[in-house]
Amino acid sequence: MTDERIYLSTDTPPAEPAALVDDFTPTLITQANHHLCPGCGEPIAIRAAMEAVEELELAQSTITVFGIGCYTAFAHNLDVEVVQALHGRAPSVATGIKRMLPDGFVVTVQGDGDMVNEGLQEVLHAVARGENITCLLLNNGVFGETGGQMTTTTTLGQRTKTSIEGRDPHQHGHPILLSDLATTMDGAAYVARCAVNNAGNVARTKRYITRAYESQMAGAGFSLVEILTMCPTGWFVDTLEGPDYLQDTLAPVHNIGELKTP
Amino acid sequence: MTDRVLIEGSEAMARAAVSAGCRFFTGYPMTPFTELLEHMASLLPEVDGVCMNAESELEAVGMAWGAATTGHLAATGSTGQGLSLMQESLSEITNARLPLVVFNMARGQGDYFQATRGGGHGDYRHIVLAPMDLPEAVELTRLAFELASRWRTPVMVLGDYYLAHTYQAVSAPSIEGAAPEVPDWALNGSSGGSGSAKIISPLGGGTDGEEGFDLGAHYAACAAHIQEMSAGVDPLIDIGFCEDAELVVAAYGSVGKFVRYACLRLRDAGHRVGYVRPITLWPFPSEAVYDAVTGSAKVAVYEQNMGQMVDDVRLATMGAVPVEFIGGPSWDHSGFGIGPDINVPDISERILEALK
Ligand SMILES: Cc1ncc(C[n+]2csc(CCOP(=O)(O)OP(=O)(O)O)c2C)c(N)n1
Ligand code: SF4
Ligand SMILES: [Mg+2]
Repeated sequence: MTDERIYLSTDTPPAEPAALVDDFTPTLITQANHHLCPGCGEPIAIRAAMEAVEELELAQSTITVFGIGCYTAFAHNLDVEVVQALHGRAPSVATGIKRMLPDGFVVTVQGDGDMVNEGLQEVLHAVARGENITCLLLNNGVFGETGGQMTTTTTLGQRTKTSIEGRDPHQHGHPILLSDLATTMDGAAYVARCAVNNAGNVARTKRYITRAYESQMAGAGFSLVEILTMCPTGWFVDTLEGPDYLQDTLAPVHNIGELKTP
Repeated sequence: MTDRVLIEGSEAMARAAVSAGCRFFTGYPMTPFTELLEHMASLLPEVDGVCMNAESELEAVGMAWGAATTGHLAATGSTGQGLSLMQESLSEITNARLPLVVFNMARGQGDYFQATRGGGHGDYRHIVLAPMDLPEAVELTRLAFELASRWRTPVMVLGDYYLAHTYQAVSAPSIEGAAPEVPDWALNGSSGGSGSAKIISPLGGGTDGEEGFDLGAHYAACAAHIQEMSAGVDPLIDIGFCEDAELVVAAYGSVGKFVRYACLRLRDAGHRVGYVRPITLWPFPSEAVYDAVTGSAKVAVYEQNMGQMVDDVRLATMGAVPVEFIGGPSWDHSGFGIGPDINVPDISERILEALK
């Protein structure tokens, strides 16, 4: 057997400097480091959201409003303007901003615990008002930040720290499928659900976010992109199993696709 | 200013707010706050402002928070109960260093602690102003916006049913005139892509180049700011007949106006009574209260509650003079604090009892 490995010579300095994580970081993300777990899907979603801002040349009119969850760590890693809101309260804060700056581009970043548990009422009213903002829902089916408890998007049978034997509809109720609900409401202009568990889905995520942004730019009304994200830590699975777990546990219930277009 | 007109308190405050430059208002109906919301809804569109009928007090304060980040003067409000719902935000808005004016058209005087102790979680204070009548409410509403902008903090105007619903002849503020300029710290998106985009967060500001944020440092800065504010805001107080008073009566808000009048009548009848009426409830005018009461034999505190401001009066007098509580919860069966307990004969009787 021949040894096909390539041995690099260390006798001479490399012709080019080594590539750093920074080199692969979109310009609107200012620091390569973040505090999120290995295998977490949230940085991928936020990356797509920032790339779309850049590509649509919205960097200088964007204000993002962050909820509270693991993604909150990213509020300090962006080169777009940020307002940090409370847990669940980003849509009302975003509304106040958009009403005072109708030409501003306003995006919320929230989790399932944030948007569908604590903040359900306000996101639904924002939809009903047809508020011309874009809400990004990072749905991992758990409260990641507090350590993997059940949220309302946890699927039936899914095990969490507060549904130890799996979510049982008699005891824990049924999941709320927020995007499907929003689709039925008149104020919703664009609603889509995607995921970041494989390359195809990441590309789709970027595409859907871009369409949502375009809908806000056109003044069409409320837009929502729900992104299923991996949370190996909160799911208690190995990092590498995250994408498959998402496919098997969340995706069959929270259907991927464009649910409503202008 | 135009000539004096007969006007409802809520309208007077709404006009004062718009004349001070308020361009965003939001709220959820609740007696006796409702009319303030209604007047703002009719006035703000005239100056290209925005008034929103929020779906709850939680969303009202959220919307006001968002509007405030754009540097336009924003306000919201409610009645005590609604204010309870807003407290999580009021605490964090204080830490986010945002100007915001909040009206509490309270029911009775049970909300003194809520207003002055930082009614929400965490370790904070914000400015509280308590007018006794419409002309003062107009002045203090203007001052509230000024202080909110200068100190980048929530400022509460603590009123009540009388203030909101009484008609009185005042010089109605004109709503014409430009709003103040948008300050440098405000967001409009334009700092994006600059390498140091702005962030407004109750968890602290941007940390150029560093990773994450430092909550310890942020809370220390917030504490220092509150210290500076408590020393820097001029404490306002109305004092009368204290020089030779045997008894000084302390009261605030509309109730304070009744107490003042009772003291005036008792003076006419030869009783040596004086009064102090704190106007800034935070920062509390402690020194002025101390100076006013130390020559007297006793201080009596009249409030329409179980005794709340009495704590601040005791702290201000530092044991120099005995402090007695002569108020009590309103007898009013509507719950609005408009009962027979706020009338001059009754108040006078309690004062005379305390004089014995
Ligand atoms: C009013 C309030 N309740 C609870 C919390 C605690 N808390 C912080 S993060 C979090 C979970 C966030 O879950 P999610 O939005 O799904 O984000 P994830 O961490 O999963 O990304 C909770 C419950 C809070 N900050 N505020
Ligand atoms: S706990 Fe879950 S959501 Fe939070 S950083 Fe870790 S993997 Fe991501
Ligand atoms: Mg979650």
